[in-house]
Amino acid sequence: MPPESITVAGSFGTPPLAERAPRQRALASNHVTGWLLALPLTLVLLAFLVLPILMIVVVSFWTATEFSIVPAFSFENYEFLLGSDVTWRVLLNTVKYAAVTWAITLVLGFTVAYFLAFHVRSQTWQTTLFLLCTIPFWTSNIIRMISWIPFLGREGIANSALLSWGVVDQPLDWLLFSDFSVILAFVHLYTLFMVVPIFNTMMRIDRSLLEAANDAGASGFQTLWNVVLPLTRPGIMIGTIFVVTLVMGDFITVRFMSGSQSANVGRLIQNDIGLLQYPSASATSVMLLVVTLMVIGVLLRLVNIRKEL
Amino acid sequence: MRTGHDLELIHVTKRYGETVAVADVSHLFRGGSYVCLLGPSGCGKTSTLRMIAGHETISDGSIVLSGAEVTHLPPARRGTAMMFQSYALFPHLSVRDNVAFSLKMKGVDKAARHRRAGELLELVDMGRYADRLPSQLSGGQQQRVALARALVTNPQVLLLDEPLSALDPFLRIRMRAELKRLQRELGISFLHVTHGQDEALALADEIVLMNNARIEQAGPAREIFNAPRTEFVARFMGGHNVIALPQGRFALRADGVRLAADGAEAVVRAVEYQGGHVALTARMAGEQEILALIPESAFFADPKNPGDAVRLAWDEGRLHRLQA
Repeated sequence: MPPESITVAGSFGTPPLAERAPRQRALASNHVTGWLLALPLTLVLLAFLVLPILMIVVVSFWTATEFSIVPAFSFENYEFLLGSDVTWRVLLNTVKYAAVTWAITLVLGFTVAYFLAFHVRSQTWQTTLFLLCTIPFWTSNIIRMISWIPFLGREGIANSALLSWGVVDQPLDWLLFSDFSVILAFVHLYTLFMVVPIFNTMMRIDRSLLEAANDAGASGFQTLWNVVLPLTRPGIMIGTIFVVTLVMGDFITVRFMSGSQSANVGRLIQNDIGLLQYPSASATSVMLLVVTLMVIGVLLRLVNIRKEL
Repeated sequence: MRTGHDLELIHVTKRYGETVAVADVSHLFRGGSYVCLLGPSGCGKTSTLRMIAGHETISDGSIVLSGAEVTHLPPARRGTAMMFQSYALFPHLSVRDNVAFSLKMKGVDKAARHRRAGELLELVDMGRYADRLPSQLSGGQQQRVALARALVTNPQVLLLDEPLSALDPFLRIRMRAELKRLQRELGISFLHVTHGQDEALALADEIVLMNNARIEQAGPAREIFNAPRTEFVARFMGGHNVIALPQGRFALRADGVRLAADGAEAVVRAVEYQGGHVALTARMAGEQEILALIPESAFFADPKNPGDAVRLAWDEGRLHRLQA
């Protein structure tokens, strides 16, 4: 028994020995139970998250020829990666996609969540409309993405509609296989990840705060800016982390929606893997991981999520 | 007597769909007085307060404050301020910014609004806590901040929605003395919703007792207590017996009933020691329960136990005839 627990027990009057022993045993078994309960998840995370990442880090220092992968400790991959301006352009492009998608999903997500949380009064409607938001998730995201192609193409529905209305006199080229279509698909795929956490934090805002703001003479916009927005920050941060990590790690959306005309870091990795250049792919992955963690680190600095949850 | 700052409700009605929360209520609240809106839950007192504050639309009727019709004005332009039941302090703002909030909304510059907030915080004795967040304050301290925030706009009427209900009993008694002191110092009207009759009696210059969406009785605290108009008022204010006599129904204050050698026969049902008094419940002929508050010394000179036969007497003058 550590000394401080003796003093504590003493100050409350030492219980008789017979009573003390079982209590201690219960304490010890509580301890053991706790560790046992945490064990399965720890093992799963170790085996399927930590080990693979370590493996990737290790392989990123290996070298490769056309035919073989050679275990080594060489900075060759990183030198090539960081020395090439393709990498920087692609990284910049990745960050651009993430930033633009983030901005648009934030505005959309906040608006939708605000509408659901504050304008829809009945709970039935709230649930119904919320479920409505999830309908796109009933199909796979590849299908959702590909279904944009016939809509946006040169002969697609969008262009033919615009032509027949006389808005344009020749089909718009930038609708498909462009940054526009990539970001459109990202927004379509990921807005819900913004809506859900923001809606959740908004639902926890005490309604009397809005009345108090109204009582203090705040206009609708002033209430939004001074009360709702600051109190929704944790939800915004969680949504931001979702969207940013999803967009930064994506490769399939960029490939389909840009018609292989633009690239992000995910595409670089995919290319390397296609060429069996695992060490190079690993180095690129490590770079992406570091950049993404840095972004999240900055976000967590801005808002202490643990405190605000 | 009417002064410049009277608040008047004229045939005010509030309906939620089919249910009527406030039914055709008319009342004149005199300026500068402490008024308690009293009643059981669901009687319409909070709806009335919220309509005066402008947080609830009025189905029918109008509200006049200081001679100006405010029925459809937004809350901040009525000259009222509301203190919410849960205080509704902004959790992300410091105490100072909470108090200065309405000034910020008006566009008052930072130095001026912080100065004004500081004055108000001094008034409620919270100056030291200006930089804290609401979550770092106790319930009583939060309430003082809420009070300062409501007063910062110089309202003519301060509306308080069950302000003391979240506090523990000791703090409640201290805060109610504080509220009364502030009301006197500021000279504005306080309109205080409560369901506690002791709170209303302790604070109010005027009590407005509501029941079933209507005003049951309104008047000075002593008048309400000593001359209840209806059985509901007598029972709600407590300390009264309602007895049926051949001439009608009467309210009889429990402290007006005494044990005597000759009087109505009764059997003691329960005896409760309450410190200064002993509350003796007895059953008279005709199954009527009657409560007698007997001074402690008188009771213990000749103690009674449940089951004992006693005789209860009272002065005829203490019977107060009820209208309903």
